[in-house]
Amino acid sequence: MAKITMTVNGRQVSGVCDDRTLLVHFIRENLGLTGTHVGCDTSQCGACVIHMDGQSVKSCSILAAQAAGSSITTIEGLAQNGELHPVQAAFKAHHGLQCGFCTPGMVMTAVDMIRRHGSDLDEATVRAELEGNICRCTGYHNIVKAILAAVHETGGVRQAAE
Amino acid sequence: MYETNYHRASSVQEAVQMMGAAAEGKYLSGGMTIIPTMRQRLAAPSDLIDLRHIAEMKGIAVDGRSVRIGAATTHEEVATSAALAAVCPALCGLAGHIGDPAVRHMGTIGGSIANNDPAADYPAAMLGLDAVIVTDRREIMAGDFFTGLFETALEEGEIITAVRFETPAKAAYRKFPNPASRYAMTGVFVARRDNGDVRVAVTGAGSNGVFRHSGLEAALSANWSPDAVANVTVDASDLLADLHASAAYRANLVKVMTKRAVAAA
Ligand SMILES: Cc1cc2nc3c(=O)[nH]c(=O)nc-3n(C[C@H](O)[C@H](O)[C@H](O)COP(=O)(O)OP(=O)(O)OC[C@H]3O[C@@H](n4cnc5c(N)ncnc54)[C@H](O)[C@@H]3O)c2cc1C
Ligand code: FES
Ligand code: FES
Repeated sequence: MAKITMTVNGRQVSGVCDDRTLLVHFIRENLGLTGTHVGCDTSQCGACVIHMDGQSVKSCSILAAQAAGSSITTIEGLAQNGELHPVQAAFKAHHGLQCGFCTPGMVMTAVDMIRRHGSDLDEATVRAELEGNICRCTGYHNIVKAILAAVHETGGVRQAAE
Repeated sequence: MYETNYHRASSVQEAVQMMGAAAEGKYLSGGMTIIPTMRQRLAAPSDLIDLRHIAEMKGIAVDGRSVRIGAATTHEEVATSAALAAVCPALCGLAGHIGDPAVRHMGTIGGSIANNDPAADYPAAMLGLDAVIVTDRREIMAGDFFTGLFETALEEGEIITAVRFETPAKAAYRKFPNPASRYAMTGVFVARRDNGDVRVAVTGAGSNGVFRHSGLEAALSANWSPDAVANVTVDASDLLADLHASAAYRANLVKVMTKRAVAAA
């Protein structure tokens, strides 16, 4: 058993779990934040993507113990003061989701992409960087459209890692 | 996933001690191979010793044409290093095409070469660059390091701390990614030294893991041009065959990827 402390969406949290507990299960079960999904058993679908110390990672392939002491952002941490994050708003405006299962991971991946590429982000890069996020519904076109729209919305400002 | 005990090491020495005290321990670097493997119950280490917080194992140092990359350096850090791009852009490009962004944020060069997956990208670069694998106890030439499928020259408890190499005059890597996994169905790293020596290292195709192709090396040493590849025969009998590609198909891919790499170098 491990007692784990980390910062999640700006709040310090701690919990007790097995050393083998995956970060995604810690987030969903110990913290009750169920926006982060599990969509596969092969580290390929990206439904579980969160940010750890400012970078996108697959929380199904990391132990909670590995993340101890880190700063985590989940999909629940993006909206501020009841206002959707520009990437969330763009997904809504451009119909970037159907069933929504992949959406939290898509949005977290998109926010990270914009952080790294800023206004240099073009369609080819978006498509290449969605390699690790699978959507069974949309056919990706509207997801790509939403991400590119969000680049303009945010002024394409590159942000330093948190 | 079976039970395990997690330990976080803050120095190489401490990691080795932790490993010595463990029953069936495994090092944990980015975890992008070992955690998925444990999740599928294909590995059950009693202890995991996390190397990700060991400062002496991180970072990229470039001194003239000598490069040293700490084993715990992530694929993303290699892909985006301006210092490395100035002397060996081929390696940055290779790292930037491993898996996806989230995998690149965690996965490390040390973990990739210790794992020696026959379809992994870094082993081809290490062999092509004639790199030295530095461990807590010795230095191993890449040519002696990769010994077979998922097999390396590492001893019990031995830690890769860094890799180092001299940058060649020209180098490039081209892979034909498996459309589903993005691992190399065949990947070729070519490097040409100032004295004209050429190395051609092939991953994803060999039934015994990464290998050098002497016929391609001879042809390209004589004539460094994509055309030089045309008359070389790649023997399919030692190549992998699976549902993705036959051995003959991979033999052809070896030539095509070599041509593309030479053209790009
Ligand atoms: C979805 C997905 C796609 C991928 N695509 C690709 C791809 O296209 N190309 C590619 O090459 N790879 C790919 N990978 C693998 C990825 O590159 C891994 O990061 C890499 O193989 C292992 O590195 P790691 O740091 O994650 O190692 P870990 O998983 O932490 O460790 C792997 C093994 O190496 C040992 N080890 C780790 N560090 C050391 C050390 N310093 N000294 C001694 N032993 C050590 C561990 O004990 C373990 O046995 C992919 C992985 C995923 C999940
Ligand atoms: S649940 Fe993490 S990649 Fe699919
Ligand atoms: S919207 Fe259904 S999986 Fe993407």
